[in-house]
Amino acid sequence: MRELTFSEALREALHEEMERDETIFVIGEDVITHGGPYKVTDGIAERFPERIFETPIAEAGIMGVGVGAAMAGMNPVVEIMYMDFVTCAMDEVVNQAAKMRYMTGGQASVPMVIRLPCGVGRLLAAQHSQIMESWFMHVPGLQVVVPSTPGDAKGLLKSAIRSPDPVLFFEYKRIYTSRGEVPDGEHTIPLGQAKICREGEDATVVAIGPMVQKSLEAAVLLEDDGYDVEVVDARSLSPLDTETICESVSRTGHAVVCGEDSSFAGAASEIAAMIGENCFGDLKGPVVRVGSPHVPMPFSSELVKHVVPEVPDITDAVSRAMT
Amino acid sequence: MDLSPELGKKMYRDMWRIRLFEEEANRQTSLGSVVGALHMYCGEEAVAVGVCGNLRDDDYVLGTHRSHGHCLAKGAESHRMMAELFGKATGTCAGKGGSMHIADFSLNMLGANGIVGAGIAPATGAALASKLRGTDQVSVCFFGDGAAARGTFHEGIGLGALWKLPVVYVCENNQYQQWVPRMNVAVLDSVADMAGSYAIPGVSVNGQDLVEVYEVAGEAVARARRGEGPTLIEARTYRFYGHSLGDEEQYRSSEEVEEMRTNHDPITTFRSTMMDQGWLTEEEDAQIQNEVRDEITEAVRFADESPFPTPDNVTTDVLAPGQEVA
Repeated sequence: MRELTFSEALREALHEEMERDETIFVIGEDVITHGGPYKVTDGIAERFPERIFETPIAEAGIMGVGVGAAMAGMNPVVEIMYMDFVTCAMDEVVNQAAKMRYMTGGQASVPMVIRLPCGVGRLLAAQHSQIMESWFMHVPGLQVVVPSTPGDAKGLLKSAIRSPDPVLFFEYKRIYTSRGEVPDGEHTIPLGQAKICREGEDATVVAIGPMVQKSLEAAVLLEDDGYDVEVVDARSLSPLDTETICESVSRTGHAVVCGEDSSFAGAASEIAAMIGENCFGDLKGPVVRVGSPHVPMPFSSELVKHVVPEVPDITDAVSRAMT
Repeated sequence: MDLSPELGKKMYRDMWRIRLFEEEANRQTSLGSVVGALHMYCGEEAVAVGVCGNLRDDDYVLGTHRSHGHCLAKGAESHRMMAELFGKATGTCAGKGGSMHIADFSLNMLGANGIVGAGIAPATGAALASKLRGTDQVSVCFFGDGAAARGTFHEGIGLGALWKLPVVYVCENNQYQQWVPRMNVAVLDSVADMAGSYAIPGVSVNGQDLVEVYEVAGEAVARARRGEGPTLIEARTYRFYGHSLGDEEQYRSSEEVEEMRTNHDPITTFRSTMMDQGWLTEEEDAQIQNEVRDEITEAVRFADESPFPTPDNVTTDVLAPGQEVA
């Protein structure tokens, strides 16, 4: 199968969906002139000039326009240049997009995708690097999706665009250039389905975003210690595929949950709590989380390397979980 | 006057529908049937009715936390609205929205809104949808003078102006931001003057005068429908009740309220106009008021007799049907 980068896969999904459905449009800052900061919207203005809107710097306005257009029957794909900036549009996401269906007794539908480049990238420090998965997981009415490979990026973005409810789509900046197999043409992955990326018998590592690849690398190293590790890519944090995760943990008896965000009240914490509640009888050790310390992202690379979790953090965590 | 006798009568009736619906809802709070917040629109009826008198069924309206008038003027059924205020399953929003969140998507009334200024960008988005689909539907956003201080006012109107969208921004300047007199916290007296920042027309009208509101809104709606872009209208108006239930109104004098009720009631003002034009007789007036009273009595009966929602409804409508909620 052909290979594409993560950002090429997203771009392909956007082009294919816009070709399929005339109600889809793209809106965001620099999405035409520069093709977006990570080139995901490159080429759309040439192919669909009527359906791409380059805006002034006005995140609340952009998000509010998306909500209104969605309620009026369109399918907006909103790009927030760096996910940190979504805090400038929190009312529109949390009070408007998320609650509209419920408050109107099911009359409103807000089929909107909010694309969020997140996490550490080119050392942009605290205001351009945050990961806020758990902020949005906590809001009923929102869906939170985190692809880890180019193939999943395409399949999940297409499903997110087709969803009748708002989706927060997390794109980790440091994997935009990663390459992987991407099916040609129609390829969708249902929201709310985790994926077992590697089968194993001794422990389950549930991983989010770039931590999936790190967990697969850790699993190879752990073979030397005699551990046969299963790796599950959560893919969707809300709705969360509790069935796949619990089935795996109940089988292996050990669980490690890996996210790149701060572990404290992070996505990994919710998954760990869910495992503890549902799999207690099958657990043979503590559920261990891997994540960053509870600090803003620093600037210096010498500091950053102590913040972003890497393979040794995962192997250590598995060892702790097994003892 | 650019107004027909038939439309005049309909708008006169709609003002009474709003007035009597709210006075009854207010009475029901003392009986314990209506609970929660109740932001009364009484006194401002000419704004909602005068603007909506220019709209087609397929035009969009977005409102505020004080939106009973906007919903009724757009054609919402009073009995389902009353049931919503009672928290009943038959309510406009199945008892999940309440007074501040009434919406009726069958009328393209896309919702009241509990957050000040939060409807401005979504109204702009609905207008963008009309433009993308190539229809000539117009969006109207009502908001209060308090919203003019918010960033969403600047961002929403800025985008509507940038893309020349078919939207009319209607600021209901009722002089008070909750309990604070507007000019204690604002520097510009007229919200209409802010239109210059977006290079769109800004017009200030007497919001107690239905004819004036109707005519100014008519021009703005026609301009939007022709594809010439947004207009900002400031309707200077007044609410006859406090901000919400239990407001002691220490920030304004009872003489001021009495003066507005006596000399600037939009209903009595328009009744005089109708009678001067020979469009309304005393008998017709009495008949309209009686019919509206009957409608509101029936609304209360319907709300009273309707069932409350059942517990299984707690977890529905979070996501589209078929999606499980934990």
